[in-house]
Amino acid sequence: MSRQAARGTDIRKVNGELFTLTYGALVSQLMKDYENDEEVNKQLEKMGYNIGVRLIEDFLARANIGRCNDFRETADIISKVAFKMYLGITPVISNWSPSGDEFSLLIENNPLIDFVELPDGHNALNYSNLLTGVLKGALEMVQMDVDVRFVQDQLKGDNLTELRLKFVKRLEDAIPAGED
Amino acid sequence: MADEVLFDFLHMELVSYIHHSCVKEDNVKDTSIAKLESTGFRVGQSLIERFTKDSARFKDELDTMKFICKEFWNAIYKKQVDNLRTNHQGVYVLQDNKFKFLTQISNGKQFMESAPKYLAFPCGLLRGALSNLGVNCIVTAEVSAMPACKFQIQIQRS
Repeated sequence: MSRQAARGTDIRKVNGELFTLTYGALVSQLMKDYENDEEVNKQLEKMGYNIGVRLIEDFLARANIGRCNDFRETADIISKVAFKMYLGITPVISNWSPSGDEFSLLIENNPLIDFVELPDGHNALNYSNLLTGVLKGALEMVQMDVDVRFVQDQLKGDNLTELRLKFVKRLEDAIPAGED
Repeated sequence: MADEVLFDFLHMELVSYIHHSCVKEDNVKDTSIAKLESTGFRVGQSLIERFTKDSARFKDELDTMKFICKEFWNAIYKKQVDNLRTNHQGVYVLQDNKFKFLTQISNGKQFMESAPKYLAFPCGLLRGALSNLGVNCIVTAEVSAMPACKFQIQIQRS
């Protein structure tokens, strides 16, 4: 019986690790397939986008939230509800631009980069670039054109990971999702 | 936390990426399946190592298989294997009546051809996990009616 207890490892943790490890395997496959880091970033963003446009539906169904009144509210929901729900973390929102259309998400313990160390010579690679695509894709489906980019990355020696989100425009008509 | 959804989507993207990246190859299907399988193998190896680090040694092969069917399956697919069979000569068949990666595909014969793409990664995962538990094997999957799926494990003794 004692062994049974010992085996009761935290399933949730294993599942998180499965995601992290699979993502790692995917990035390493991309590194093999593409010559330069920029291409890998682009590919990761594209995959993230594809995930984002689907994930938003799941999110809206689960979170049971209404429309956001302004971009600040959107920022709050992204951090406190979305990131919490899917990655189990709550990034800190900061560095608002004076006009209120641009902010940063500060991530201290990015689950994607557990077990990861960047080899030398890959300074242009944004390992977690999937996130930018997911955010962009998801927000696009709720009629917001948002520009997402990496400012700081823990894998490159920064203290935390910083994602910068800039509101570009409101998409008036719901544009059908393109294939690419 | 709803991370399973995220993993499902990631897996779909992985399959579609690898499939597209192999289009130039002569044999798209086999190459992409081999690639997916080896990706899964790698993940399975690392995963099982962390999963079993605090558990005691397994009694025998069957004990290992039971662990795979219960705990391992439950951790990854949120359910247990529905049926485990063995001929006691090194062949194990794991039957999952509602395999997670197939539930998003419509039932019936229409998409039967696409099933192997979505089973290659899980096969690799299984083979990787077993390999790090000291069981050398070949894993194949077979679908007769979606979303049920049979994984056959053939132990390689040398």
